[in-house]
Amino acid sequence: MKRMTWLVPALYIVFLMLPIYWLLCMSFKTTNEILGQFTPWPQNFTLENYRKILTDSTWYMGYVNSLIYVVINTVMSVAVALPAAYAFSRYRFLGDKHLFFWLLSNRMAPAAVFALPFFQLYSAIGLFDTHIAVALAHCLFNVPLAVWILEGFMSGVPKELDELAFIDGYPFWKFFVKIFLPAIAAGIGVAAFFCFMFSWVELLLAKTLTSVAAKPIAATMTRTASASGYELGLLAAAGALTIVPGAFVIYFVRNYIAKGFSLGRV
Amino acid sequence: MSARTVNQKAWWLVLPVVVLVGFNAIVPLMTVVNYSVQETFGNNKFFFEGVKWFEMVIHSARFHDALKRQLLFTAIVLAIEVPLGVAVALAMPRRGVWASVCLVLMSMPLLIPWNVVGAIWNIFALPDIGMLGWTLNRAGIDYNFTRQPVAAWATLIAMDVWHWTSLVALLAYAGLSAIPDAYYQAAKIDGASAWAVFRHVQLPKMKHVLTIAVLLRFMDSFMIYTEPFVLTGGGPGNATTLLSIDLVKIALGQFDLGPAGAMSLIYFLIILLLSWMFYRVMTLGEAE
Repeated sequence: MKRMTWLVPALYIVFLMLPIYWLLCMSFKTTNEILGQFTPWPQNFTLENYRKILTDSTWYMGYVNSLIYVVINTVMSVAVALPAAYAFSRYRFLGDKHLFFWLLSNRMAPAAVFALPFFQLYSAIGLFDTHIAVALAHCLFNVPLAVWILEGFMSGVPKELDELAFIDGYPFWKFFVKIFLPAIAAGIGVAAFFCFMFSWVELLLAKTLTSVAAKPIAATMTRTASASGYELGLLAAAGALTIVPGAFVIYFVRNYIAKGFSLGRV
Repeated sequence: MSARTVNQKAWWLVLPVVVLVGFNAIVPLMTVVNYSVQETFGNNKFFFEGVKWFEMVIHSARFHDALKRQLLFTAIVLAIEVPLGVAVALAMPRRGVWASVCLVLMSMPLLIPWNVVGAIWNIFALPDIGMLGWTLNRAGIDYNFTRQPVAAWATLIAMDVWHWTSLVALLAYAGLSAIPDAYYQAAKIDGASAWAVFRHVQLPKMKHVLTIAVLLRFMDSFMIYTEPFVLTGGGPGNATTLLSIDLVKIALGQFDLGPAGAMSLIYFLIILLLSWMFYRVMTLGEAE
C-alpha cells in the first residue's frame, strides 16, 4: 500500500493539467476545427493564433499594459511596505495592533464591492484609463499582503543585528539599506513575487479602471470575443499566453510559495 | 514579537502605507456608505433615506437566496478542498527533484488570471466541443452546464477545486516539512500505525497552517466573482448567482446604487467578522 502513495499526487496533477492541456490544444487549432467537431488533438496544427496575437498591436498591447501596471504596482507596494513591516516587527506604538488588523481587512475586501466607487474616485482625480490608476488600486490588497509577508521574514532576523549596527554607529537608513535589506533578500523576493502575481490575476478592478489606453489583456479578450463573433482559437492562444509569466517565475519561488500564501506565517 | 520596544516614531515608518491604503480603502468605502443611505432620481441629486435600503436588503428574498447559495458553495468547496489538499500533501515526496516538480505543477492553477480560469473551464466543459463535456455526454451522461442548474453547480465546484486545492496542499506540505525526522523514527520504534502517526504527529503539527488554509479558503470563496461570472454568468437562471455576482448585477446592471451600497456594507461586515476571527487565530498561534 505504501508504494501506491505516489498515485495520489500523480492523479491530482493529471486533473490539474487536463484543462490546461485542452487550452493549449485549442490554441493550436483553427476556429473552424474547434467549432466543427470534437478532436482530442489538433488535426491541422497551426501557429496562426499566436502569430496574430504577437503581431496585432490591439492584442499584444494588452499584455504590455498589464505588465506595466503590474510592475509599477509591485515596486510601489514593496517600497512602502518595507519600512512599515520593519516598524511592525521591531517596535510597539500606539494602535499598532489595530492598524495591522485594518491592513489585513483590506486584503479581504471583495473587489466587487469596490468596483464602482473606484471607477468614480479615479475618474474624479483624472487618472481613469492610466496605468497608474490600476497600479494604485491594486495597492489596496497588495500593500497589506507585502507588509504581512515582509513582517514574517523580518521577525525571523534577530534583533541583535539592529542593536550591533547602532552600537557601531550606523545611521538608521544606512543600516536599513546596507545591512538589513540584504538580510531579508529572500523575503523581498517572495513579497515581490506575490504582489506581481495577485496584480496579474486580478482583472475586475483593472477592467473597471481602464478603457483604451491602459486596457489589460483580459479586457482585450472579452471585447474581441463580442466584436468578432467567437474566435475560440484566438482566445485560447491569448489565455495560454497569460499563463506564461506565472509559469516563468514560479520556479524561483517554489520553496517559498507556501510562506507567501500564508502571509508569511509558516 | 515579544522583545519589541515602544517607539511612537515608528508611525513615520508606517505612514506611507497608511496614506496609500487609506486612499484606496476609505474614499471608496465612504462612497458606498453615502449610497447606502440615499436615494437618487438621476442628475446627481441625492436624498437622505436613512436605513431604508438596509431594511429592504435584509428582508429581501433575493439577498437571502444569494446568501444561501454563497454559504452552500463555500461549504461544499471547503469540504472537498481541505481533505483533498491534505491527502495530496501527505502523499507528496518530501524532498528531491520530484518534490520540486510537484510544487511547480501544483502551483500552476494559482497563477492563472481569474477570468482565464473561467474561460478555460468554459471551453473545457462545453457539452459539444469541450473535452469534459464531450466525454461525459459520450459516456451517456446528459450534461450541459449552460442549461442544467445541477451541472452548472458541479462545473463551478470542479473549477474551484481545480483552482484552489493546491493552496491547501502547499500549506499542508509546508507544515509537514517542518516536522523533524526524529518524530517519525520515534513513532516507528513505538510501532505506530500510519493512522496513529497522522493523528498524533502530523495533524497537530499541521494545525496552524491548516487553520490558515481553511480561513483563507473560506474568505476567498466568499468573495469569488470573476471565475463564476465568466463560467456561467450566474446562470442558468439565477442558479449560480453568488453574493458578489448579484451585487454587481444590482450596482452596474440596474444601477440601483442605494440597495447595492447597503448590500455591499452588509457583505463587507460579514467578511470583516471573518477577518477578525482569522486575525485572532493567527495571533493566538504566535503567542503559543
